[in-house]
Amino acid sequence: MTELNLLPLIGIVVVVAGFAFRFNPLLVVTVAGLITGWAVDLDWLSLISTFGEKFMNARQLASLLLILPIIALLERYGLQQRAKDWIASIKSVTSARILMVYFVVRECSSALGLLSLAGQAQTVRPLLAPMALGAAANTYGPLPKEIQDKISAHAAACDNIAMFFGEDIFIAFGAVLLMDAFLKENGIQGIEPLNIGLWAIPTALAALIFHCFRLARLEASLSQDVLKYIQQQQETSVGEGETQ
Amino acid sequence: MNVLSTTTSLAPPAVFEINHVFLVIGLLVAFLVIKTLKDKGHPKRYSTALFWGLFGNVFLCGDLSITLFGEQITHVWVGFSVIAIAVLAGFGYVSPGTYEHLSEQQKKQSANSIGNKLFIPAVLIPIITVISTVLLSDINIFGLYLFDQQHITLGALTLACLIALLVGWKYTGGSPLVAVSESRRLVDSIGWAAILPQMLAMLGVFIVAQTGDSIKELVTLFVTPENKFMLVVIYCVGMAIFTMIMGNAFAAFPVMTAGIAMPFLIEMHGASPAPLVALGMYSGYCGTLMTPMAANFNIVPAALLDLNDKYQVIKVQIPTALMLLTFNIVLMYWVIF
Repeated sequence: MTELNLLPLIGIVVVVAGFAFRFNPLLVVTVAGLITGWAVDLDWLSLISTFGEKFMNARQLASLLLILPIIALLERYGLQQRAKDWIASIKSVTSARILMVYFVVRECSSALGLLSLAGQAQTVRPLLAPMALGAAANTYGPLPKEIQDKISAHAAACDNIAMFFGEDIFIAFGAVLLMDAFLKENGIQGIEPLNIGLWAIPTALAALIFHCFRLARLEASLSQDVLKYIQQQQETSVGEGETQ
Repeated sequence: MNVLSTTTSLAPPAVFEINHVFLVIGLLVAFLVIKTLKDKGHPKRYSTALFWGLFGNVFLCGDLSITLFGEQITHVWVGFSVIAIAVLAGFGYVSPGTYEHLSEQQKKQSANSIGNKLFIPAVLIPIITVISTVLLSDINIFGLYLFDQQHITLGALTLACLIALLVGWKYTGGSPLVAVSESRRLVDSIGWAAILPQMLAMLGVFIVAQTGDSIKELVTLFVTPENKFMLVVIYCVGMAIFTMIMGNAFAAFPVMTAGIAMPFLIEMHGASPAPLVALGMYSGYCGTLMTPMAANFNIVPAALLDLNDKYQVIKVQIPTALMLLTFNIVLMYWVIF
């Protein structure tokens, strides 16, 4: 190991620096690509054409756009309000409980390979977040935007975490096949996708336990937030009273 | 997380062929571009329309251009479009426009009159997608398949969205045209983040191509290869960090596994491969939870949910991600040797 060739890593440096300076990610990624191409001595026309080729081949990633019209339509006609009202009619429901139930269902269905059963655009925005917000409004009354955002962000996080850590149990899922293919390519025989899938179970369980524990604590932290908010409200109204 | 497949050729003919799906996406975006141009109150009307126009054009004309002018020329103009898209977004020329709003009161009224039927179209999307993926994937009439055999889920999703749109039309009275023009509000709020995953797929190739060996060399600078625990830590944390940079654990996996796990853990210390790679990949997923580069999961939802802080989803996820990363490291050290 006499010659240390770190030039290809320059793309990574660009990404990290771009992040640090808060440039737009699209720009950062493109510049990182251009510089990496330059670092490995690609001529500029084939570099541009490689960009185009990779971009074309990744077009299926834009499928999110297909879901948006129907969600937007339903929202125009009051989907979110309906979800809130429905939850408000169930008295024992709290935000944390809704999120926990969703987490368990999402992780189990994702472990069975049913990844497209839910998602940020199709379930979290129109249904899960409004339901969690509805439950919170049920318990605490109207909430400020700040606390609403906290609940919504937790709804989005539930979907991500439950899906990520469920999906690798399903042996036909891409990640497991990718790992399997990688091992075979590198001359390691005798590993079946099933072996890899089984080793995903402990982390999947850990994710369930850790995150549900955090959700249980979320309920307590919400009631504290609400208490603080009410106190602030009272202080400001007292303050206004004095000036009048 | 989608597999970044590059195979497109030699698929049997299908009704929901991948190229048709791309055409639908292209038409959708084209309609949004027209709506944007007509939006007189839009602060950045022309540049936003240009941004989406360049993007939609790749879907609308990409395949046609390959047939007419060949791959070489098509890839070059798409490449230039990509750079123009990045420049437009990078220098702030893309912004949301103005939209007609229904009041909260009107929405409540309509929600009450339509009732729980409002849920049906939303619920139909996943149900139809899953059922048709499982049951209809092999259906073909005289060799014409219903779905593109290499992109069954995407075909099924498209079918599900079309049916949901029709059912939604029936229940709400809002036509598909209303639906698409309503969707501009959502698409604009997501903005450039909708394109980031595709950009990252592009970057992945460049970086992965050359970095494996460089990473291996880099590791030996920092750790003595005899230290098993530190190697496990470096592999797991490296997977998380590299995933944060690349926005995708799939891109980080081959680099880190070829650079650290194969030479040091498997070949030198005889680690057991199955748990090693499974936990390695999951360490990468911990990184996915902590990075804005995983836009689909972290930035798009923040936009979809109208959060004031676009990093709030990430902030909420960090504690769980760090706990799971620690768990993976300990478990890996325990089971692989």
